[in-house]
Amino acid sequence: MPKLKVDGIEVEVPQGATVLQACEAAGKEIPRFCYHERLSIAGNCRMCLVEVKPGPPKPQASCALPAADNQEVFTTTPMVKHAREGIMEFLLINHPLDCPICDQGGECDLQDQSVAYGRGQSRFQENKRAVTEKYMGPIVKTIMTRCIQCTRCIRFAEEVAGVEEIGAIYRGENMQITSYLEEAVTSELSGNVVDLCPVGALTSKPYAYEARPWELRRTLTIDVMDAVGTNIRLDSRGRQVLRCVPRINEDVNEEWASDKTRHAVDGLVRRRLDRPFVRKGGKLVEATWDEAFAAIAAVDAGSSVAAVAGDLVDCETMYAAKALLASMGSTLLEGRQTGMDYDTSSLAAVNFNTTIAGTEEADAILLVGTNLRWEAPLVNTRIRKAIKRGAKVFAVGPETDLTYKVQWLGADLSVLGDLPDAVTTAFGEAKKPMVIVGGGALKGGHGAALKLAETLNLVRDGWNGFNVVHMAASRMGGLMLGYAQKGGIADLADAKLTFFLGADEVDFSRFGGFKVYVGHHGDKGAAAADVVLPGATYAEKSGTWVNLEGRVQRGERAVFPPGDAREDWTILRALSEVVGTKLPFDSLAGLREEMYTAVPALRHEGLARFEWNAPALDATASGVMDGYPIKDFYLTNAICRASPTMQRCSAELIHGQDFAEAAE
Amino acid sequence: MLADKDRIFTNVYGFQPWTLQAARARGDWDNTKALLELGQDKIIDVVKASGLRGRGGAGFPTGTKWSFMPKEPKADRPNFLVINADESEPGSCKDREIIRHDPHKLIEGALVAGFAMRARAAYIYIRGEYIREAETLFAAVAEAYEAGLVGKNACGSGYDFDVFVHRGAGAYICGEETAMLESLEGKKGQPRLKPPFPAGAGLYGCPTTVNNVESIAVAPTILRRGAEWFSSFGAENNRGTKLFQISGHVNKPCVVEEAMSIPFRQLIEEHCGGIRGGWDNLLAVIPGGSSVPLVPAAQIMDAPMDFDGLKAVGSGLGTAAIIVMDKSTDIVRAISRISYFYKHESCGQCTPCREGTGWMWRMMERLRTGDADIGEIDMLQQVTKQVEGHSICALGDAAAWPIQGLIKHFRPELERRINERGGDLAPMQEAAE
Repeated sequence: MPKLKVDGIEVEVPQGATVLQACEAAGKEIPRFCYHERLSIAGNCRMCLVEVKPGPPKPQASCALPAADNQEVFTTTPMVKHAREGIMEFLLINHPLDCPICDQGGECDLQDQSVAYGRGQSRFQENKRAVTEKYMGPIVKTIMTRCIQCTRCIRFAEEVAGVEEIGAIYRGENMQITSYLEEAVTSELSGNVVDLCPVGALTSKPYAYEARPWELRRTLTIDVMDAVGTNIRLDSRGRQVLRCVPRINEDVNEEWASDKTRHAVDGLVRRRLDRPFVRKGGKLVEATWDEAFAAIAAVDAGSSVAAVAGDLVDCETMYAAKALLASMGSTLLEGRQTGMDYDTSSLAAVNFNTTIAGTEEADAILLVGTNLRWEAPLVNTRIRKAIKRGAKVFAVGPETDLTYKVQWLGADLSVLGDLPDAVTTAFGEAKKPMVIVGGGALKGGHGAALKLAETLNLVRDGWNGFNVVHMAASRMGGLMLGYAQKGGIADLADAKLTFFLGADEVDFSRFGGFKVYVGHHGDKGAAAADVVLPGATYAEKSGTWVNLEGRVQRGERAVFPPGDAREDWTILRALSEVVGTKLPFDSLAGLREEMYTAVPALRHEGLARFEWNAPALDATASGVMDGYPIKDFYLTNAICRASPTMQRCSAELIHGQDFAEAAE
Repeated sequence: MLADKDRIFTNVYGFQPWTLQAARARGDWDNTKALLELGQDKIIDVVKASGLRGRGGAGFPTGTKWSFMPKEPKADRPNFLVINADESEPGSCKDREIIRHDPHKLIEGALVAGFAMRARAAYIYIRGEYIREAETLFAAVAEAYEAGLVGKNACGSGYDFDVFVHRGAGAYICGEETAMLESLEGKKGQPRLKPPFPAGAGLYGCPTTVNNVESIAVAPTILRRGAEWFSSFGAENNRGTKLFQISGHVNKPCVVEEAMSIPFRQLIEEHCGGIRGGWDNLLAVIPGGSSVPLVPAAQIMDAPMDFDGLKAVGSGLGTAAIIVMDKSTDIVRAISRISYFYKHESCGQCTPCREGTGWMWRMMERLRTGDADIGEIDMLQQVTKQVEGHSICALGDAAAWPIQGLIKHFRPELERRINERGGDLAPMQEAAE
């Protein structure tokens, strides 16, 4: 624990900390461009220079200098001031003065630090350098003349995303950041380089010229594109969400977000259901709320009623539907749209017990039928971190590129009953072993995987290494609320009246009864429905979501739903007066209070701890996996199917369509 | 003049073949086993006592550098010796002569030095443009392997030592020790941050010492003839003999081995036939390769050619690549050309050097033609100060020093050009519409 002085303030920092961190601990702001807490140290921008004694009589880069005992650091001396002014001037001599048309304007490190540490004016009289734009795909727009060569994007691509597709070519003042072959960066995390870029060189292509940061209203909420529960901030202007950026949550997403999380938001204003529809003569025709409710009441289903929860819905909606069904005398609830029927008697057996952050500590990992890169990209980055610490990774399933080295054990699930020696040895030596079961293996492999928890001794003191990866944001919340039948969705098929709560992935042909779709997008569910009731997206309601590790998180409403659309729970509450008994809550707070009483674990934000009590299931695993459940990362739900950006990503990155533009 | 019997590089002009047989006749590889039997610590002590300072430019004591290496290397982290033959400094051409005419001196030195620092292998990183020299070096290493001088049980000493030759691709920056390590590892040649220093984590993360060709090649002779012999040459703290490379406006440019601390005038008179047009015609000298500041005639004439003597006149010995310029030289253009070189060779990694070298060169070009303001001379001086000492490696300093030397000694010339062109009254350039 080195003790040192920063501008006379004595601080003690952990072993291995840098001088920059020591300065921060002393409350001193150190300007920087290339340094980033989550990336390796490059030390190339030289903006963080400070004076250090003892040391050479020149300023030192504080980001790369280890803090040591008895150091004296000075951050305000003339030497430091001149050094900062000099670096700032150098960075600006070739930087275009196009702030008025730059999307980074208002949230630009270069702008801010120029004001704080710069000279005020340039002495540079020569011509400025111009750099041609580079093509980096449908997400990242490049204006490379603005680049200050901090190499954050390179380091992110290499270290976090695991794709070595961004790099620097040429040297000296001709150095350029490029995607080498001018091809789209094939990473589902590429959008993060936009946040990392301290200047306007890499900006968001879909968001280009949309808005200025000071015009935006910021709403803190939770992402629903996958089950990770990325903490996000929705920036909206008027009634439209213009962009989505991640918030920092060390336990969940650190400060990253997948491209789907970021860029599906342009689907929020397209293909929206903004008024009720009723099917008449085989066609959906516009209707009033009263007409739609009357049509539902006319079914007179009695207690033969069911509800299917979609992938994106919040716990409040699910609870309201559950209450509605209860008032009609039914408990036919299901959320696993694709027909999964795994055992849910113990939620710990279908939970990501190690926790997302805990994954980093694992030293032996077995992936069973999961393409984590698509199913939970931000869990995948944690595994990359674990590998950096020395973890060994094995995988059962069809071979795919997970961005790290994996020892593949074949696609036949029966290998779970007879693991190769390499695996048993690695797990035998492991202190923190982990098995991650994906949706692709839950059918046929759940029991065998649970057996591994015993044979590989995954659950030990202070460590639970048994994990299931879900892909739907609503899944864990749904399971907590009882959205599971023994036989899966097949148990619901005979209901006379079925509510589909934003459920679009169901095989609707198996439902013979009356179908009511409560949702926000005109997708498969609406097309199959007899009555469509327009609901709200995740951006348009305050809701509770439980992520794959059982973390209860709440999001706020960013904008209002369009047209006649309403928040889903209010629809169900209003409907209850027509088809059953009036539900006993009139406000969101009232609903939540009831929901908490029914499921106390939902009351407190944070991990809902499920006691480890694995059910004894048939441990024989069989079947060869011919693929993973997600066939197209960019088109997994109704919102992203409506998003032009996601459509473009899918066409270009999954289907290889060529969008590279000719230079003008 | 250095007596012929005291010369280390006896075939520097290539009058004899470079081959192993000829090298043995000159005394190389003569019972090298006995040198190794001195033991590691003894070898380092002798080199320390000899006062040998690194011949690559910085002048760090070689023996001390070797002693930084771990005494007991771990099996999975062996020590490495990297020999810097990426001689790219404008004016410098000594390593080339050693490699093409006396390669076995270098290979024997590699074994002795590598043994002393307990290295598993030596990597010789040779400049990409040295094509014939690389061919010679490859052939010489093959000869040494075949004769059992290196490789398993080198020279019958029981010590296993490999020598690898790696060709660069023609980047000046790869002569910087950590950029060289990056390049050897197959990456883009960009200097690393220090600390950690190579002696702690160098090539492939293993302890590494990077030495200049000349520093390594003189080691066996020092061991054979003794530290006292070597330290009998040169002034205190600047011991030994040294290859001087004199180019430019002398009557007979040459590479010559001389004792350190020889006065400049004596060196030029004895070996180069004097200055072209006589001593009155001397304008300035760049005494240590393009990166050190120039020294005007009056100050250099009687200066001793060594590290401390040249430091006293505001310059440095560098690699002892002496560029002599007589009064026919356009000194501003000469320095501007050097600025262009550094702009061209900057790796682009860190801000001051990447942005500063181009700016300095462009200003130098305007000063060359006088298309500038008097005030810009001071501004240029400030810009060089903004680069110097702020970059990751020393290339930033190297780009700044020649300009600082020019402004220090030739400011009247810069002002004359500006005034003759019109200076402040020069017509203002209008932007095209």
